[in-house]
Amino acid sequence: MLDLHHLQKHYSGQKAVNDISFSVKKGSIFGLLGPNGAGKTTLLRMITGIFYPDQGEIIFDGKPFNPLKDVQQIGYMPEERGLYKKMKIGEQVMYLAQLKGLSKQEAQQKIKYWFEKLEMQTWWNKKVEDLSKGMSQKLQFVVTVLHEPKLIILDEPFSGLDPMNANLIKDEIYSLAKKGSTIIFSTHRMEQVEEICDHIVLMNLGSKMLDGTVQDIKQQFKENKFYIRLAEPIQPPESSLFHVVDHTENALTVKLQEGILSNDVLQYFINQSQTIESFHEILPSLNDIFIHLVEGTQATARAFQSSNN
Amino acid sequence: MNKILLVARREFLTRVQKKTFLLTTIGVPLLIAAFYAALIYFQIKSTDHFSIAVLDQANVFSGKLENKKNEITFKFVQSDTTTLKKQLDNHTYEAYIYIPAGFDITRGDSVELRSGKTLGMLTREDIERTIGKVLEEKRLLMLNVSKAQIDSIQHQKDPIKFTSVSGQKETDSKVGISYLVGMIAGFLIYIILFVYGTMVMRGVMEEKVSRIAEVIVSSVKPFQLMMGKITGIGMVGLVQFLIWFLLVFGIQFALPLIFPELASTVQQQPMPSAGAQAANAVQSSGGLSHFMEGLQTINFPLIIGCFIFYFLGGYFLYSSLFAAVGSAVNEDPQDAQSLLFPIMMPIIFAIVIMTKAVNDPNSSLAIFGSLFPFTSPIVMMARIAHGIPEGVTVAQLIISMVLLIVTFLGTTWVAAKIYRIGILMYGKKITWKEMIKWTFRKS
Repeated sequence: MLDLHHLQKHYSGQKAVNDISFSVKKGSIFGLLGPNGAGKTTLLRMITGIFYPDQGEIIFDGKPFNPLKDVQQIGYMPEERGLYKKMKIGEQVMYLAQLKGLSKQEAQQKIKYWFEKLEMQTWWNKKVEDLSKGMSQKLQFVVTVLHEPKLIILDEPFSGLDPMNANLIKDEIYSLAKKGSTIIFSTHRMEQVEEICDHIVLMNLGSKMLDGTVQDIKQQFKENKFYIRLAEPIQPPESSLFHVVDHTENALTVKLQEGILSNDVLQYFINQSQTIESFHEILPSLNDIFIHLVEGTQATARAFQSSNN
Repeated sequence: MNKILLVARREFLTRVQKKTFLLTTIGVPLLIAAFYAALIYFQIKSTDHFSIAVLDQANVFSGKLENKKNEITFKFVQSDTTTLKKQLDNHTYEAYIYIPAGFDITRGDSVELRSGKTLGMLTREDIERTIGKVLEEKRLLMLNVSKAQIDSIQHQKDPIKFTSVSGQKETDSKVGISYLVGMIAGFLIYIILFVYGTMVMRGVMEEKVSRIAEVIVSSVKPFQLMMGKITGIGMVGLVQFLIWFLLVFGIQFALPLIFPELASTVQQQPMPSAGAQAANAVQSSGGLSHFMEGLQTINFPLIIGCFIFYFLGGYFLYSSLFAAVGSAVNEDPQDAQSLLFPIMMPIIFAIVIMTKAVNDPNSSLAIFGSLFPFTSPIVMMARIAHGIPEGVTVAQLIISMVLLIVTFLGTTWVAAKIYRIGILMYGKKITWKEMIKWTFRKS
């Protein structure tokens, strides 16, 4: 659906986006992660045709990206988002839909569909300034997906939403993906990414640091840690197979030594006539990986931001 | 193109549908009309006249001085200066003229007027004219000039006939009215540039502050958004002016019908300072009939045509700059002030040149001002009012128009470059230096 080849963008000497390449599969939910100032927004602005890359190429739906034509196929909800405060909601959504190239009738029909679906029918004559933050966020989402874009780009879509509305939007995202839309997500909230995304790219300081499915990445960063809960209380054992990282009365967290399989550990406890109640591998959370990768560079990240301000 | 129209339509409709639009559009002409009505009313009902006691011991005036209706009355008295001074203090008279018995007009003695309070310019002029006329007549009579001869001299009107090369009569009233029309047209364009320019700037700031700019820019190009906004607001301006034009004319026709007694006094109105000269010209050349005659010599289709051209040209030239400033400003409207200053300067400069150009449409300053595109919309109106070729030559007009169009394209190009970056730049105060850098950056 979308292929980026060696994208670069410079701001007065600073490399905001430095040689980024990745591809997004059709119908997938793609997560673009990174700390503040990593260049996510700049990258997304290039994908939406707001900025032109200094170098590199964007392939959209098999063809070189044509900002003038292809923006009709893209729905973008920027991080810095808003609506005309004094304009009536109905008129506003009509206007934005028409800007995306819909005819009046099409727009009307689609607005009706979405307003009914998200229970917003009574909003038509209200003004945005009368809406709560969560409500206007919902409206913003509708505006983004109204013209049934092939590619939907959401920058921090859940900020300001209560759990109920967040779930509502999440479900809509799933169903849009199922219908064939490709969704790019940008966020620094890792728990959402783990839950929703099929594929992620982690950016820091304008460069790509990680690229893969959530499972692959977790496997890649796993530390061979296992959690064991036993029926009886136990003292932390000494063994050549593993060493104990953490323990409570009857549970242990162990890190296996190089070349040791999980079955060997189970065998060890069975041989000790311990009843095993629970045994599972501990995979690092994306949060841990994120912090692990970014922490070392944080100082430079801050320097980058401050020189930008 | 279609998207520019969509944006323009929204800009137009949201503004026209607002209550304030209706209020200002209908309210302003009514306010102007009410202001004039009040002015005229006070003029008629005014009891504020100036009475002067004349103690004429030499009998210079033979007990006769022409009073100016409702304004100045001369009263001949037989008393002495001490009582007159007292009467000044208790406001029986505002002033007195004392002519001692030994007064000799042939020696060039001057008449002395003492007043309790300072006299206004106009009152002084009136008194001087009345008394001067009598004294002049007396002196001439003493030189054995007959009364009939004096009358024949005084009745000769227009001692010099001003005619242009093209054979058109350059009457005082024509020049006066050209002055008035040029002044009004110039000021209107000046107001337009400010009012609608700042309207564009506010619109851009609103989009930036409400954070909708990026949402919209993901579906239209920044240039389309900017042009749409400028076009839409320009349409609002045109519609507003059309309504004003109709209303003002309507009211002017309606007023004399409502207050018939006004019609006769209108011609004597002291016009606001800008029109004073024209009013004088009108008065000295004999009132309303000459005023109408003067109006007929003005080429209104030319002026209205040029007005629309310079209105649009000036508006597009400046509003794109205002848009660029709006895009560079953040939440704090104070920031706009310093950025606006360089834009305001030429407009103010233009008004200064314009006030000179209405007097002397062919001075080199006026020619420069009417060609220089940043001042031409205002200055050219002052010259156009004097007609072609008396005020401005066809060649100059064409050069001015071409320059304006070329510059308008240039400023729009520059503004668009600043706009596309500025509108997405948050939380940062932008300086002129940066804006210039953006302009010259390759896109």
